[in-house]
Amino acid sequence: MSKAGITLATADPPAPTVRLTGRRGVELALIVLAVLLSVYGYCAVGLARNGTVPPGAAGYGAGLGVLALVAHLAVRWRAPCADPVLLPIGVLLNGLGLVLIYRLDLETPGDPAAPTQLIWSTLGVALFIMVVLVLRDHRVLQNYTYVCVTVALVLLTVPILFPAVNGARIWIRVAGFSIQPGEFAKVLLAVFFAAYLAANRGALTYAGRRVRWLRLRLPTGRVLGPIVAVWLVSVGVLVLERDLGTSLLFFGLFVVLLYVATGRTGWIAVGLLLASLGAVAVGRLEPHVHHRIETWLHPFGSIEAGEGPNQIAQSLFAFAEGGTLGTGLGLGHSVLIGFAVKSDFILATAGEELGLAGLSAIFLLYGLLVERGYRAGLALRDPFGRLLAVGLASLVALQVFVIAGGVTGLIPLTGMAMPFLAQGGSSVVTNWAIVALLVRLSDSARRQGGGGAPR
Amino acid sequence: MTRHIRHAALFCALLLVALLVNATRVQVLHAEDYETNPANRRDTIARYQQPRGDILVDGRPVTGSRDTGEHLRYERTYRDGPLYAPVTGFASQEYGTTLLEHTEDGLLSGAAPVLAPLPLWNEFTRGRNAGGHVVTTIDPAAQRAAYEGLRSRKGAVAAVEPSTGRILALVSVPSYDPALLSGNGAVARDAWARLNADPDRPMLNRAVRRTYPPGSTFKVVTAAAALDAGVVRNLDRPTDSPDPYILPGTRTRLTNGSEGCEDASVREAFVWSCNTVFAKLGVTTGVERMRATAEAFGFNDPDVRIPFRVARSTFDTTVDRAQLALSSIGQYNTRATPLQMAMVAAAVAGGGQVREPYLVERTTRAGGSTVSTAGSRPVRRAMYPATATRLRELMRGVVEDGTGTKAAIPGAIVGGKTGTAQHGLGNSGTPYAWFISWARGGADMEAKVAVAVVVEDAAANRREISGGGTAAPIARAVMEAVLNS
Repeated sequence: MSKAGITLATADPPAPTVRLTGRRGVELALIVLAVLLSVYGYCAVGLARNGTVPPGAAGYGAGLGVLALVAHLAVRWRAPCADPVLLPIGVLLNGLGLVLIYRLDLETPGDPAAPTQLIWSTLGVALFIMVVLVLRDHRVLQNYTYVCVTVALVLLTVPILFPAVNGARIWIRVAGFSIQPGEFAKVLLAVFFAAYLAANRGALTYAGRRVRWLRLRLPTGRVLGPIVAVWLVSVGVLVLERDLGTSLLFFGLFVVLLYVATGRTGWIAVGLLLASLGAVAVGRLEPHVHHRIETWLHPFGSIEAGEGPNQIAQSLFAFAEGGTLGTGLGLGHSVLIGFAVKSDFILATAGEELGLAGLSAIFLLYGLLVERGYRAGLALRDPFGRLLAVGLASLVALQVFVIAGGVTGLIPLTGMAMPFLAQGGSSVVTNWAIVALLVRLSDSARRQGGGGAPR
Repeated sequence: MTRHIRHAALFCALLLVALLVNATRVQVLHAEDYETNPANRRDTIARYQQPRGDILVDGRPVTGSRDTGEHLRYERTYRDGPLYAPVTGFASQEYGTTLLEHTEDGLLSGAAPVLAPLPLWNEFTRGRNAGGHVVTTIDPAAQRAAYEGLRSRKGAVAAVEPSTGRILALVSVPSYDPALLSGNGAVARDAWARLNADPDRPMLNRAVRRTYPPGSTFKVVTAAAALDAGVVRNLDRPTDSPDPYILPGTRTRLTNGSEGCEDASVREAFVWSCNTVFAKLGVTTGVERMRATAEAFGFNDPDVRIPFRVARSTFDTTVDRAQLALSSIGQYNTRATPLQMAMVAAAVAGGGQVREPYLVERTTRAGGSTVSTAGSRPVRRAMYPATATRLRELMRGVVEDGTGTKAAIPGAIVGGKTGTAQHGLGNSGTPYAWFISWARGGADMEAKVAVAVVVEDAAANRREISGGGTAAPIARAVMEAVLNS
């Protein structure tokens, strides 16, 4: 199977060369635009704060530009048919994230985060290039289904051995760097779910269609056994680590992929039922979670109790201050949120300083990224590729929804990193891996589409 | 599978729509609620992000702003803080604002819409104008003379220009340094606690926020009412008053602090401050005409603003004849702020006209262009001009050879009235010493200054003379300062 893919890759290019080169040109133009936008944002912060362009602007622009350009060359070389929008979105979001973190660093002179974030971004782009260069066909990943799941479970378990940070055991500290292994596990679990469901899809669908009511469960359960077990273990580990955002993410991913693979609406019903049971149980039993739900229902409760505004209230104040057009970069006061302003609450800074206009633009960028992932999924022909594309895109969509909904008061807050924007090395590296896989998948999709309609 | 992928994509699209709708809710629909929530510090931060406009006395700022580099960046500073505290009030990051700092806050902080170059301009640019300045009517020499005169005592001084109503001096002692309250740290908190716990109440603006029984100085009002009503036609005719005077309907005997009040003329009674004569005069004039005159002078007006609020001076109208007798000599429920008594002196000096007192000459933008000026103020007639002329005669007599000789200024024409007000349970408190007066220079066409002085802890000597002994020299110093400038 993989052999066929490689043959196809080497055999296909000559005919549509002209058209494909044009797409890479679009990508290059978009990357230049993304880098310019980021540099503009960087300069805007300096101009607003000190009236001068910050001294590092040229270096920042050059660094981001070189990284993006190298990534672009890798795509041009090894994935010439890839979707031209994916990489520029990654560059723009990552660049914007660096601007926001740099901007918040000005408020916390003793605790700069942007330089570290820049190092992690470089590592992320390096991983992107490596994936694009090394992974010539996504179907190779199917051979590593059980390696993926094992590594994922190990990564999820390791932080239990390390001391808790801010109430959650999700970090490990190595040589001064904080790493969140759960972030990497996301991609690995997506690969595992996609591969396993693709392989057992027939059995799942067949069993469900043939047998009704009571007898439905036996064959289904037999096939589902390993996957449910893995899911239970991962969720169990996460509840123990108190990282509820990630468990919610895994659960959503699981349900979406199950639905796409089998087409059974029943799975959604079962999934939602399980989710609500779990939510009620955890909300009742776990004081930490119960507190989050209370805060969500009454964001100003702490003000009324005379304890001053909590983080959610401060976050809402920041968004409200932004209004339609925002205060302008560098001119907001989102730093009042306090702890986690550069990570979980980074979106509040975007909302305050760029306004509803900027926030909507950011949401639409994520939307476009997800849409392009789904489009690749629709265009691909192999079930594994389709499920992987859908899984990775859904991962981004769910993560954005969970954290953005959390900080804007739509749903209870669960700590999680805003993809690309938030401070957090593991998250940036993981997101670059996701974009790399989507680039590879979209490249395969267009090749599989052959000389026909590219969409 | 394609169909189900589309379903999943639709689900993701729904999530996106939910986020966008919710963002609109928070950032546009509910923005106003969140922005105005008292726990939202953004307004406070913006307010202290720029230097505050200044309050000017005689062209020089008596305030300033200091860049602290803290989160709330600029802090108020004061030049001669205790001297001008009854004018400026304080502007604290922790405890809000008072007096001029309060009433002119929009202008000083730059928030006032009138400062914007175009309507809604600041709403659009999210900018804030530089704070404007407030030019006061205070005469620094008079202010300092009053403050120095009261030093180490307790009391207040108010001085106005009779022809305009401009307030030339507003002093309250003991005072405090408002700069202590400017910040938001421990210094401000300690000062706040200490000042509030001080039994002498240094933050109380005695010149406008405290009323005292005016005592004999109120006889000016009683005399004006009697003269206007025609109860007295000849100042030198004996008034047929007994000494002691039995309050009507009671057995209470009213006596005098000085001799020779029995059957005295109004002139003698005024110069020597005979309680018996004026108590009887008030009763003869009647409560209705007393009320009309007192209210024309400004009593019973609950809403005097200069621009900050002045406490209401009272003349009780629901009185029997005995109470009216006491009210007419500035006792019972008659109470007045020092500023009100300065207005009484000013009305006499100004031909019977009462001009509303004011403290703000004009306000300007940071660049100096005028925002508003005091303009012409409403005028009220408290008595006939002829009555005013005769009262000026009486008041000059007090200074020339009566109880107020210590207020005399060589080369100037000065009229005054002393007062000593009993207070406390059974009149047990140390009496308040009063002096109200006006002065015009030898070459002037009209009086330049009217002043009221009250000293709370005058010497324990309870004789009428204490108003003339303690308060009159302070009034003279203030009047001299105005006449010389």
